[in-house]
Amino acid sequence: MRVSVKWLSEYLDLSGIKPVDLADQITLTGIEVDDVSLPAVTLEKVVVGEVLTAEKMPDSDHLKATMVEVGEEEPVSIVCGAPNVKVGQKVIVALPGVKLPNGLKIKKSKLRGVKSNGMICSLQELGFSDSVVPKKAEEGIYILPEDAKIGHSVLPYIGLDDAYIELDITPNRADALSMRGVGYEVGAILSQKPSFPEVTVTEDKEDKVENYISVSVEDEKDAPVYKMRVIKNLKVNESPMWLQRKLMNVGIRPIDTVVDVTNYIMLEYGQPLHAFDYDALESKRIDVRRAHKNESLVTLDDQTRKLNQDNLVITNGGVPVALAGVMGGLNTHVTEDTQTVALEAALFESSVIRKTAQSLNLRSESSSRFEKGLNTATIEEALDHAAQLIADLGSGQVVSGVAKVEAIQPKDKKVTLAIDKINQALGTELVMDEVVQLMDRLGFETETSTLTLTVTVPPRRWDIAIEADIIEEVARMYGYNRLPSTLPKSESIPGELTPKQRRIRETQRFMEGAGLSQTISYALTTNEKAKAFSRHEGEPVSLDWPMSEEHQALRMSLLSGLLDNVQYNVARQRKSVSFYEIGRVFHADSNKKRPDELTHLAGAMTGSRIEANWQENEQNVDFYTAKGILEEWFILMGIEEEISYAPTSAYEAFHPGRTAEIIWKNNVVGLVGQLHPLLAEERDLKETYLFEIDVDALLDVEKDTLIHVPTPKYPGTSRDIAFVVDEAVLNDSILSVMKQNGGKALKTIKLFDLYQGQNIEDNKKSMAYNLVYQNPEATLKEEEVTKDFEMLKTALVETFHAEIR
Amino acid sequence: MEMEKKLATLLEKAKQEISEAKDLKEIENLRIKYLGKKGEVTSLLKGMKDLSPKERPVIGKKANEVRDALTVILSEVKGKREKEKLEKQLAEETIDVTLPGKSITTGQPHVMTQIIEEIEDLFLGMGYQIIEGTEVETDYYNFERVNLPQNHPARDMQDTFYITSELLLRTHTSPVQARILEKHDFTKGPLKMISPGKVYRRDTDDATHSHQFHQIEGLVIDENITMADLKGTLELLAQKMFGKEREIRLRPSYFPFTEPSVEVDVSCFKCAGKGCRVCKQTGWIEILGAGMTHPHVLEMSGIDSNKYGGFAFGMGPDRIAMLKYGVNDIRNFYLNDQRFLEQFKRKG
Ligand SMILES: [Zn+2]
Repeated sequence: MRVSVKWLSEYLDLSGIKPVDLADQITLTGIEVDDVSLPAVTLEKVVVGEVLTAEKMPDSDHLKATMVEVGEEEPVSIVCGAPNVKVGQKVIVALPGVKLPNGLKIKKSKLRGVKSNGMICSLQELGFSDSVVPKKAEEGIYILPEDAKIGHSVLPYIGLDDAYIELDITPNRADALSMRGVGYEVGAILSQKPSFPEVTVTEDKEDKVENYISVSVEDEKDAPVYKMRVIKNLKVNESPMWLQRKLMNVGIRPIDTVVDVTNYIMLEYGQPLHAFDYDALESKRIDVRRAHKNESLVTLDDQTRKLNQDNLVITNGGVPVALAGVMGGLNTHVTEDTQTVALEAALFESSVIRKTAQSLNLRSESSSRFEKGLNTATIEEALDHAAQLIADLGSGQVVSGVAKVEAIQPKDKKVTLAIDKINQALGTELVMDEVVQLMDRLGFETETSTLTLTVTVPPRRWDIAIEADIIEEVARMYGYNRLPSTLPKSESIPGELTPKQRRIRETQRFMEGAGLSQTISYALTTNEKAKAFSRHEGEPVSLDWPMSEEHQALRMSLLSGLLDNVQYNVARQRKSVSFYEIGRVFHADSNKKRPDELTHLAGAMTGSRIEANWQENEQNVDFYTAKGILEEWFILMGIEEEISYAPTSAYEAFHPGRTAEIIWKNNVVGLVGQLHPLLAEERDLKETYLFEIDVDALLDVEKDTLIHVPTPKYPGTSRDIAFVVDEAVLNDSILSVMKQNGGKALKTIKLFDLYQGQNIEDNKKSMAYNLVYQNPEATLKEEEVTKDFEMLKTALVETFHAEIR
Repeated sequence: MEMEKKLATLLEKAKQEISEAKDLKEIENLRIKYLGKKGEVTSLLKGMKDLSPKERPVIGKKANEVRDALTVILSEVKGKREKEKLEKQLAEETIDVTLPGKSITTGQPHVMTQIIEEIEDLFLGMGYQIIEGTEVETDYYNFERVNLPQNHPARDMQDTFYITSELLLRTHTSPVQARILEKHDFTKGPLKMISPGKVYRRDTDDATHSHQFHQIEGLVIDENITMADLKGTLELLAQKMFGKEREIRLRPSYFPFTEPSVEVDVSCFKCAGKGCRVCKQTGWIEILGAGMTHPHVLEMSGIDSNKYGGFAFGMGPDRIAMLKYGVNDIRNFYLNDQRFLEQFKRKG
């Protein structure tokens, strides 16, 4: 809502208040101010001129040489390109020295040998947007009224001597979507009672509205109030300057007297109006009803609208002539030939208007006011005011009487509450008198007893209904910034992270320590990316009405996003990238209403782990880099003993020979492996290693209380063993045989060498392990260790045909 | 006195040789040569038996003096040579300490994580719990339970990604509050919670809009909670995030789930309120929305709004990070350009 300060001062005394200060007060008391535009000081030398001569220039098809009287000693010579410039017109003249809003600086100059010492301006050149300039003035200069005073500043004529405050009105304060509403609000801030001119209608007593029209409403819930007046013997004109000026400056294009008045009254009262060309109505009956199925209406914008039961229509003789509250029909709209107008002021059910406006994508100033509610106390006043103004501007007469349906009467609301309740809510110590004064500023009457007050709220503040609403009014009138500052005085229970939250933080710090940086990617992605890399079967959860293909489905895996991130960085000369992400993935489950929402941890690494430097050779990341990180993380989570890895070639996106399923408690909980070389090539990546783990279950595990194990007192003994086995034998299988057959004292097994090549048969490998034996109770005897060691050897030979070396 | 003379000569000769010894081995050899069992001092003293009884103690004393003197000088020279050896070794071991160290690669948390954890820690310290909730929500919890029924005009304020007519991507973290409100047992104490997480809006991504961003909302419900408590809490928050000298300013606003509702500005941390580009010359920067929990919201969760009341507040970590670090494009947070991310390695 754009508020003219001059217009506002028709209701209130704003002398001595700077618009900027007023805007600040409005912001701090109730309504956010988006912007304040101040009078156009740079346009001071833009004056009213009269065109004395206008001669076509011989060597141009559109330029005219004009002499313009601007109140100086001599008329000014100006070359003008506007098609509509004519002798005798009062026009807007920018004299040398003026800088126009579009940056153009006016200078004395010569055009094709003719002096041009100024410029005759269009409204656009003074900063008005195309959409608000009257149609007639769109293609040329703007013509001022005949009585405009030559040589005087043009600013008052076009409203640029005014300041405009742009209000950002929240849905609860639709009462301020009108100048009168803003008048009350600003009055409350300044402790002034706004005064509005009284509206009187001069009716033609001989002619009654019944002679023209009768109105009815099918369902009073849809249209609790519907009123109509008739104005006759009209001449539809261009509106006077004052009206055009008011509309243009708040962003509405002047059209003609009838349309301009309906807009003007809507701005003043917040009451949308609609004018029908009475002669285009074929019947004397207006009925408001729901549209029938398959009914249609050609609206003002020449579109055929297919209607249905959700739409409310104004019908004439059974035929729809307007979409109630949204848009009029083409056939009945006012034209310059209109002589009689049927003017509608109504109250429509907001949800019906909302639905219609939304489904037909026809949001307007009118429909949004019906959606947000309006002041039921001024429906008829607005109608009267508009009817009189239309009659005045078009030298017509208002027919006597109002055709109406009026199912509700405007009523004050009373809210009773205890003063303690106010103080309790705000933390204040207000006394009754103070509260009464605050309500008085808002124009709300109060009745008080010792402990309670009853506030009478007029219909113009339909947002107020309950105690909390009154408390809010008290608070904003008192001033939020005068409230004390305290902290809740509740018992103090220390807050703490849940075990899961703590583990997530530990996980993040661990991953960062291990060299991975955290990323946060979009959860919405393409359908294809959403399911790529997922271990979960099925289609992703996708949006009903996505904005783009790029963001249409919810990710089922974090890896697509992570890989995009890796690719983005590699494409920017970043050779090595290590990222991790922890976040939600979404799995559709047809048996459940909601998708499963799981927390996953994923990592992606490419390039080198150690970059070549003056001391070290480059070390590239490999499968075991990724696995090593996970192994250490499982230790941190306390589940390293429960985790195993199984080779898998079941996942298309992964290297079939370099990928393992991570198994925990007999369930696959994740994958670690190499991105399939073909996919890597597609993304222009070198070897890239990935992991992704469903961490929800893992993080929820109750960790066993850690009990300290005493550092061994007795020395351990170690043995090395090396043997040759088939290449296909897994390290895990060897370890499990060793553990089963190694005896009680075998504490740790460490692989220290793996060799294939010279001196080893093809398809065989040599493995060497270091075994540590220890007895916490006593020193181990050599013979015991030797005995256990021999048993282990035998088992390896028997199980794997190992050749001990 | 011949004996005495011999001892003196021996001493001089030994002193000379010892002082010229080049290394520890030579010193040891000299020790054996002079002071060993078969050393020169010992063999010289063998001649003592030929001396007169009167002379013997004199020469014996003299011989001991020579022995002591040699021991001292041996140890002195030995110490000196040891020191020289160490010095030589250290000199040889000297390296160029200005060469670069071996690289340790560490990653860093995303800047958003840093901001969120900072806020979480502040509220944990004040006894709040952290509750996350789900990102896919029902229309009912996302809208109706926060006082935004179907056809409520304020639904325009949030354009929503719907999955079905009932399911959507949450547009704020408020549904978490609604869910906790219905579960909380007030006989066990007040409810104090914050809910951080991702939220989604139907917005075209540009420098200031993102279809995915973060939010942290807070909620306190108890008996006797006042708007002054809200103000005090938010003051602490503003000072923690933007510096001790910050002030806050409350402006009336509208949120369906609170009444009164306020928008909260913090005094500009760039210009300390004088007016600059960051604060658009106003001296204030909007950082939060807040208010007193609407009685309907409590009633919908089965809580007696006459007995209990409280406040709620919400903020956007993305916006806070943009303000705090001068990031001018919100898309940077989701682009994951390492050059951007690693700037936040250093903790402010
Ligand atoms: Zn500033």
